[in-house]
Amino acid sequence: MWQALRNELHPHGLEVVTVGMDTAGAEACRHFIEAAKPEHPSLIDANHVVASQFGIINIPNSVWIDEDGMIVRPAEAAPAPPSIDVPRTNPFEGMTEFPDRAQAIMAEAVNIESDPAAYEAALRDWVTNGAESVYALSADQVIERSQPRSADTSTGAAHFAMAAHLEQAGKHDAAVPHFRQAHQLVPDNFAYRRQAWSLEPGGEGAFARFWQGPQDGNEEAWPYDSEWVSDVQAMGAANYYPKFTP
Amino acid sequence: MISDSLTVARSAFEEGTGWELKPEGACKGEICIPLATPPVGDTVQLDELADQLGLALVHDQDNDLWALGPAAPGGRALATAVAPNLTLPRLDGTTFELQSLRGSKVLMVAWSPY
Repeated sequence: MWQALRNELHPHGLEVVTVGMDTAGAEACRHFIEAAKPEHPSLIDANHVVASQFGIINIPNSVWIDEDGMIVRPAEAAPAPPSIDVPRTNPFEGMTEFPDRAQAIMAEAVNIESDPAAYEAALRDWVTNGAESVYALSADQVIERSQPRSADTSTGAAHFAMAAHLEQAGKHDAAVPHFRQAHQLVPDNFAYRRQAWSLEPGGEGAFARFWQGPQDGNEEAWPYDSEWVSDVQAMGAANYYPKFTP
Repeated sequence: MISDSLTVARSAFEEGTGWELKPEGACKGEICIPLATPPVGDTVQLDELADQLGLALVHDQDNDLWALGPAAPGGRALATAVAPNLTLPRLDGTTFELQSLRGSKVLMVAWSPY
């Protein structure tokens, strides 16, 4: 997704690093990475280390780092180029071959707001103007804008780390209570929720990991208090990603 | 970091948490937190360090595992604007270090296949 813009800006001093966060590891990311054919570093993060180190709470998110290794923009929503206007209609509408839940997900997803054009313009401005760019923040601003981290956030992160470890050890049932604790302690962390939901059985084929909610006919087996569609409806799809702040 | 014991190698603690244990305290970047009882020797006690550094420590009884949460000096995810040296594998298993890109601007994008 970032390859074309990266190739254009690479001669001007920008490198892109993509980080695939998934407790299921490299094999879960492989298909997407091989399809994108990135020439930039493309990393696998089975334990969400990047999220813990940089304060990321939803995906996709970006961090900008200057030539001296200083963060100049902390974690924020990163809409991928190209900057095209996406119509606000559900492309699945009326297509009965798709399950109801897929329709419900798409009906919300098309109302998620992002501004890839503004984001891309800001990125280009920084590549051209460096520290002089209005989008390059001071160290104090970077710290101030990074996510709040309370004692609950830290405890939630410990539970999430435990859940990821148990999941990778093949102990899914032991992982679920720790995912639940992480969700309760850090309710605004959507990455924790999406990761846990994606590991439950749901739809078939392409929908498998995007199902993110109870399986049809097996609703009582759903081990979490929330799921993607009702959560997004409650917060309002337009609020799913915070607006880009220069 | 995850551990099956409260007693861990000093190096494992430093690698797992990013906190370097020095005579003046536990340090990360330009930040140092003084320790009332600085650890001596090759092993450290997770519960003692968690207490002194304000790190969350979670125990899973059935699996007898400990998980240590990140520190939050200043109440923010970032205590400094110095980028951590993120170290992760590529798809082919080779290791990449973020600091190898010193001299370039970096756009780091976290995504997930779900």
